[in-house]
Amino acid sequence: MENRNKLAFNDGWQYAPAPESTDHITIDKQYELFIDGKSSAPDEGRYFETINPATEEQLSSVALATASDVDRAVKAARKAYKGPWSKMKAAERGKYIFRIARILQERAREFATIESLDGGKPIRESRDIDIPLAAAHFFYYAGWADKLEYAYPGRAASPLGVAGQIIPWNFPLLMAAWKIAPALACGNTVVIKPAETTPLTMMKLAEVIRDAGLPDGVVNIVTGAGETGAAIVDHPDVDKIAFTGSTDVGRIIQRAIAGTGKKYTLELGGKAANIIFADAAIDQAVEGIVNGIFFNQGHVCCAGSRLLVQESVADEVVQRLKDRMETLIVGDPLDKNTDIGAINSAPQLETIESYLKIGKEEGAEMYQSSCSVPERGYWCRPTIFTGVSQSNRIVQEEIFGPVLAIQTFRTLEEGLTKANNTPFGLSGGVWTDKGAKIFKMTQQIRAGVIWANTFNKFDPTSPFGGYKESGVGREGGLHGLGAYLKLEAQQ
Amino acid sequence: MTSATARVPVEKTYKIYIDGKFPRTESGRYFALKDSAETVIANVCRGSRKDFRNSVVAARKAFSGWSTASAYLRGQILYRIAEMLEGRHEQFVTELVTQGVSKRAAKKEVDASIDRLIYYAGWSDKYQQVFSAVNPVSSSHFNFSVLEPTGVVSIIAPDDSGLLGLVSNLAPVIVGGNTCVVLASEQLPLCAVSFAEVLHASDVPAGVVNILTGYREELTGQFASHMDVNAIIVTDDDVVKDVQIAAADNIKRVVARADTKWGSDSAAHPYLIQDTQEVKTTWHPIGS
Repeated sequence: MENRNKLAFNDGWQYAPAPESTDHITIDKQYELFIDGKSSAPDEGRYFETINPATEEQLSSVALATASDVDRAVKAARKAYKGPWSKMKAAERGKYIFRIARILQERAREFATIESLDGGKPIRESRDIDIPLAAAHFFYYAGWADKLEYAYPGRAASPLGVAGQIIPWNFPLLMAAWKIAPALACGNTVVIKPAETTPLTMMKLAEVIRDAGLPDGVVNIVTGAGETGAAIVDHPDVDKIAFTGSTDVGRIIQRAIAGTGKKYTLELGGKAANIIFADAAIDQAVEGIVNGIFFNQGHVCCAGSRLLVQESVADEVVQRLKDRMETLIVGDPLDKNTDIGAINSAPQLETIESYLKIGKEEGAEMYQSSCSVPERGYWCRPTIFTGVSQSNRIVQEEIFGPVLAIQTFRTLEEGLTKANNTPFGLSGGVWTDKGAKIFKMTQQIRAGVIWANTFNKFDPTSPFGGYKESGVGREGGLHGLGAYLKLEAQQ
Repeated sequence: MTSATARVPVEKTYKIYIDGKFPRTESGRYFALKDSAETVIANVCRGSRKDFRNSVVAARKAFSGWSTASAYLRGQILYRIAEMLEGRHEQFVTELVTQGVSKRAAKKEVDASIDRLIYYAGWSDKYQQVFSAVNPVSSSHFNFSVLEPTGVVSIIAPDDSGLLGLVSNLAPVIVGGNTCVVLASEQLPLCAVSFAEVLHASDVPAGVVNILTGYREELTGQFASHMDVNAIIVTDDDVVKDVQIAAADNIKRVVARADTKWGSDSAAHPYLIQDTQEVKTTWHPIGS
């Protein structure tokens, strides 16, 4: 198609590199566990490496927690729960959480830099989204600590006890904040495990928690992989499990805690449809598509990984999307110009590449931007597939990478049917200038978060979580409190 | 007291309720419900897994209409169910007594069941206001969270409370816009079937409520594992673990309500509605 207004950001002049400096941060050679307010060596003395996925160089060595370490952490959490934390006045509890928020704000740039080093995400995102939002979460929930009796009319709310929390590698510090902040505000104590590829900002958070003066054992950090997580899930003295990760692991957890009476929240996979109507503001919609699928390398459970575009504008939208993709800079996560950073790990890159192969084998047409990528590290160029059908695996399964499957529709009903036709229901997007159509769509999409004429927006006051196989329960906002409280009839 | 001139009463065939119809179980099986003197009261349908699958298809089909019906309409329909039940008060008392409940307890149970329906009818256009929120996000967006029904719900009705236990679990599910498949009490199944007749006369759309009778041991697993069911309410303590394991196949929500005294006023509250609701959050930019 004719393409008169092609974007050409890179023609004629080049971006000079603008790397974030690393001279202001310190990363220890080795990190221990954080149990009972102290740095604590793992019982079996084993450690694992964490690397920079953009360079494949080792950043640090981190303790591998086994079941006995988890047991020590749970005991410390129980002791802190019975002791200072549940006896403290709620307002005082809140003040500790406010302190965490403030220290995080003070150390924000340091955290952003480490987050990008350890996880591969562009510094622009860690600096402007991950870290400020994490601080905001602590600030928001801190204020709830002494106001819980107003949250659930007619009910008396009390804490659950010890919360076991397992968080993913895509938003390491932010997910820690999503889980720790409401748990503490509601009066629980915490045993938390970061993902094995991104433990560093959690170890830095241990410093913040220590500096904030929280009583020993209120937050305990155990590092490790799946086995460490399983030890948390299986521990008999844990009252609640909060997990963010894949639907497959979510199923395993739901089975593992069956019959134990443990409460749980699961925030699992997604395959969100981003639906573009012909009457949408197309340029804005294209920005929304790009933000929807290429934000954080597509390592986003609520990513708009399916594009449903109304047939009459499909050619135009796809062409403009391709043009826009050409302008995206893939490379050094620490460079402030970078749009798309490194894929988080070698196994994840392998998963993404296997889906690229599957997509082609299913008969879809693949297009990737022509940008160069660094030689070392894990990279995937922004990718779209056209000519896909609803039953294709790249339409039904979560890829968790910068890979978009594009389908078309004619009527609103067809768009809706296609949008809802996956086992997931985490999020969705709608682009149209017609108000009535927005509400029709936002009402009928079976998903927990709907962005209309925007995408991938987050806020501590805004509940987040999925329908169907995308999870159970909500995190964020007033509704996020329920996950950490026992509600009983008022006497 | 039979005599040559006495009229022979017409006895009811107790059938199951699927998609607004009263078929016998497709399996052709039955179980004999007996009183304490071992006299057969009724031959009750021993529902099958196929009956359950058919019910889920009906419930899924009914979901889009029922979940988008206005709160006012859902409230009026629940109120209508109460009206119909009141009109058949004597029949339900008699049925409970036939199944071994004392006359006094039976009357109390029917009264409470009617009142419970009225209670939830009144919640239809209020729980949303209590549980929804406008969220003050810091970016320039309008953001709000509302409740929406989870979808198709399996209900394993309490075994020890044939009518009130059923009503107490059913009403919060349907007032919230869900559709459901109910497994009736095995030891006290008769009122469930008669209650289906009440529903049928109350403008409840076909498929919104489907009621099966049968063996709990045989059917509970199927109610828990079906991939097109979104939530399950379980009232037997001893099966919670197995139900949770089976429910994990599609991350079904599991609501365990063992040990509830269904006769107590505290067994009715809007948090039971919330148990089968999802929170949906919507964002829209504020601008020109």
